[in-house]
Amino acid sequence: MSDSVSMMPEHPPVTDWVNDFDHTDPRWTENPFPIWDELRSECPVVHTKRFLGCYLPTTYQAVKEIAYDTEHFSSRRVIVRDVRPEVQRNAAPPITSDPPEHKPAKQLLLPPFTPDAMTKLEPRVRAICNELIDEFIEDGQCDAAARYTKHVPVRAIAHMLGIPEKDGDLFVKWIHMILELSIKNESMLVQAVQEMTAYFTGHIEHRKAHPTDDLISTLMKAKDKDGNPLEDSQVLGSLRLLLIAGIDTTWSAIGSSLWHLANTPADRDRLIAEPELMPSAIEEFLRAYSPVTMAREVMKETTISGCPVKPGNMVLLSFPAANRDPAMFPDADKVVIDRKENRHAAFGLGIHRCVGSNLARMEMTVAIEEWLKRIPDFKLDPAGKVTWSEGTVRGPRQLPVLFGKKN
Amino acid sequence: MSGKLKIRVDQDKCQGHARCKSLAPELFELDEFGNAHEVGDGSVPAGMEDKAWLAQTNCPEIAIEVQEE
Repeated sequence: MSDSVSMMPEHPPVTDWVNDFDHTDPRWTENPFPIWDELRSECPVVHTKRFLGCYLPTTYQAVKEIAYDTEHFSSRRVIVRDVRPEVQRNAAPPITSDPPEHKPAKQLLLPPFTPDAMTKLEPRVRAICNELIDEFIEDGQCDAAARYTKHVPVRAIAHMLGIPEKDGDLFVKWIHMILELSIKNESMLVQAVQEMTAYFTGHIEHRKAHPTDDLISTLMKAKDKDGNPLEDSQVLGSLRLLLIAGIDTTWSAIGSSLWHLANTPADRDRLIAEPELMPSAIEEFLRAYSPVTMAREVMKETTISGCPVKPGNMVLLSFPAANRDPAMFPDADKVVIDRKENRHAAFGLGIHRCVGSNLARMEMTVAIEEWLKRIPDFKLDPAGKVTWSEGTVRGPRQLPVLFGKKN
Repeated sequence: MSGKLKIRVDQDKCQGHARCKSLAPELFELDEFGNAHEVGDGSVPAGMEDKAWLAQTNCPEIAIEVQEE
């Protein structure tokens, strides 16, 4: 990975966030919240000439207007990059689909991800969490991002798709190439998509002779609205989506939650003493540390919250910034684990609501419950460094913690 | 509290976040796609009013209507 990093064209440091923002700037990666507060106080929608032109809404209202407006804003490109790779049909449906193609593509994926389906998967996820903790608990320290929070979603989605959990390192490599490295180096995107296509094609071929009872087979057996099997490209695109969208995101959400609890012993102790607060705490972690920023492409001129928006530009659709808007959330900058009213948009708003939101919530709940049961007392390792992922999905990628005998 | 409450999920607005089902499982049910519907005719049994309001105030799509009869 270090070779490819050195190939990336460097972006000049930002000196004017209002007119020249850059979500790959190291200060944004480290601590974006004060930047969003500054931008929100200037204008609901700001613009940068970087990334061939891109808007950033920072108010809940502006984010909501764009999320609901599929006429002026397309999902055909959902990641803001230095370049605009050619639009691929069936890139990753339904996340890259617009109406009218969006609804049938999404309805195929919804039934396997209902809350009832997640209840059936929960015992496996609980076992995964304990298998992981068994590997490091005696050490009294670990990098929780590398040893725990990453592997929970990797193994859970591998289990659902019916692919080997041991291939997890491969999945994480592809995701890093697509979501982070490709922002500045398009060849990373092309290479990762080719490798993923070859990988899944192998699994599809195998199932033609040996049918299984997993998500890959579900998609292979699915029919479109005319009763025809799906095109291979749609099956492959949706499999890419499930793998990409199911891992980095929840890895980040669990990691940010543990980071908060390591930093905030009062919340940790309260959650242990009052486990009935877990559901509202999970929603609050989702609000305060929303991992996912999607993108849209402006297709027709319009205005958003009074700001003119012109075609040819991308939009960084910052659900995380919307969720920190004090006009929508009292004490928006505080984490309140028993917050009663919480209409957060961490899983998006409108037709693109995250198809895996029930899976993500279950994984977060189980991963934090099992961690707190086994490791109730832990803190950040002062000798280590917490690092955060860059760009589209934000969460800890190194999270060194001490516990037990080392605490 | 004055009269009885009645709830309704607007099917055009619901996107299946399932917050209502989590907060008030007695008042909402989900279909095969995970989209929510009110249980029965939406009448809120006595003692469940707080749960109805909680579901309403946590729906990200503002898809839940609560009416006082």
